[in-house]
Amino acid sequence: MNMLEVTGLNVWFGSHRDRVDAVKDATFSVGQGESFGLVGESGSGKSTILRAITGLAPDWSGDITVEGTKIGKKRAKGFFKTVQMVFQDPYASLHPRHSVDQVLGETLHLHGFKDIDARVVKLLEDVGLGQRFRFRYPHQLSGGQRQRVAIARALAPEPDLLLLDEPTSALDVSVQAEILNLLADLRAARQLTYLMVSHDLSVVGHMCDRLAVMKDGEIVEILDVDALRNMNAGHPYSQHLLKASL
Amino acid sequence: MSTLLDVKNLWVKFPSRHGVFDAVRGVSFTLGRERLGIVGESGSGKSMTGRAILRLIRPPGIVEADHINLEGVDLLKKSEKDMRDVRGQRISMVMQDPKFSLNPVMTIGDQIIEAYRLHNAASKAEAYKKSLEMLEAVSIRDPERVMRAYPHEMSGGMGQRIMIAMMLIPNPEILIADEPTSALDVSVQRQVLDIMDKLVKERGMGLIFISHDLNLVADFCDRVLIMYAGRIVEVCDADKLHAAQHPYTRGLLNSLPRLDAPRDRLEVLQRDPEWATAPSVSGRV
Repeated sequence: MNMLEVTGLNVWFGSHRDRVDAVKDATFSVGQGESFGLVGESGSGKSTILRAITGLAPDWSGDITVEGTKIGKKRAKGFFKTVQMVFQDPYASLHPRHSVDQVLGETLHLHGFKDIDARVVKLLEDVGLGQRFRFRYPHQLSGGQRQRVAIARALAPEPDLLLLDEPTSALDVSVQAEILNLLADLRAARQLTYLMVSHDLSVVGHMCDRLAVMKDGEIVEILDVDALRNMNAGHPYSQHLLKASL
Repeated sequence: MSTLLDVKNLWVKFPSRHGVFDAVRGVSFTLGRERLGIVGESGSGKSMTGRAILRLIRPPGIVEADHINLEGVDLLKKSEKDMRDVRGQRISMVMQDPKFSLNPVMTIGDQIIEAYRLHNAASKAEAYKKSLEMLEAVSIRDPERVMRAYPHEMSGGMGQRIMIAMMLIPNPEILIADEPTSALDVSVQRQVLDIMDKLVKERGMGLIFISHDLNLVADFCDRVLIMYAGRIVEVCDADKLHAAQHPYTRGLLNSLPRLDAPRDRLEVLQRDPEWATAPSVSGRV
């Protein structure tokens, strides 16, 4: 059974005259434990797919199936125990007036965990932060540390599928390496499935097994990483992207 | 090669409650009619160096240097009024994000015309014509419409090209580009760089290209300064960047994922406290 199946997904914003079709008829599937990438330039609709899956983009049609369960307009509580998301900008995605402890504690509380204290300690250790960061506020953390907190928050409900929306594009290259290594380790340790959005082909090439190339809201091509490395892209747009990123 | 800009022992200091913070520490370099790249991580002082040259550091920040000579004249000795003639006309700067650097309540045409007329005694009609030509030079397809438009109606790539047009229209001798393409997509990035490159070459300008993207700088520039913690740790020719010696530069290069050389784990930069304390390497020719 596939972890995630998306069939004929359309996402749009606005209505009538102002309607913008951000995603048009997207179809792909992500296997259990697989790491799948979505690439394309800004405005191609790659982040919108993630937002539609988590329920952050209200107007969509088509089928989204997670672990065999079809998703309705209203997501069941269990959905958020299976699917979690890490956002692009760690400077914007953490509450500035909540300490790391509050951020993680609240998430754990909402998901009905009882041993919150022990779990916060464990989560911080898992993302390589340790105890001394527990009572800090976001402004006391660097970009990389913030992204680690955001990853810890996503891991708190023990999800199976992580949606990663450009997790390193706001970070320096040296910090990017640390975060990508952390994500790779976590995937191995927890048998996670990743759906990762990035505009950087080399990052996707490093992290993913297969990827979909998007242009103007449509998936133009799905290829595996070996084809990418051998510059074996079929669609002219993917070739163009490959050339631009070398 | 004639030297346009000569910076010697530049310091940028910010007094704070916990003592003085040195953002730039004793940086020296020269710039001829060439493309000079400055690379480093956030906080390495690369943007501060660019701003310090134009004396754009606001108090309480302090700029100190033995000299910052623009064709033999020390910019640090100029009055604020004289500095205004330097900014834009002789040295201009393209900022990182067009969204924050263009005036949102002025049409693009008015902004470019203003930039031109500030430095040239020209009639409005003449300035309008010049602005159109400049927009065409940065590959904007229907310049008449763009002249009437407001910045929010433009995409990121167009905004950045408009910025470049605006900065080049007074015909400066030196262009400082502070991460001009980091807000743009890879496919648009190339296009903007090519335009900038062409204009810089045609006019025989000096270019300081500030970026955190090593590959881009290696590709685009002639010479590269690598900065760490406010110092220059290494100077090399851009085409030899991949053979750089300093462990910091090597670390940065190795931490990049590469399509042609897949690895299970990326190398993480191991920082040596000595890098921050070692004296700055001179980038003077």
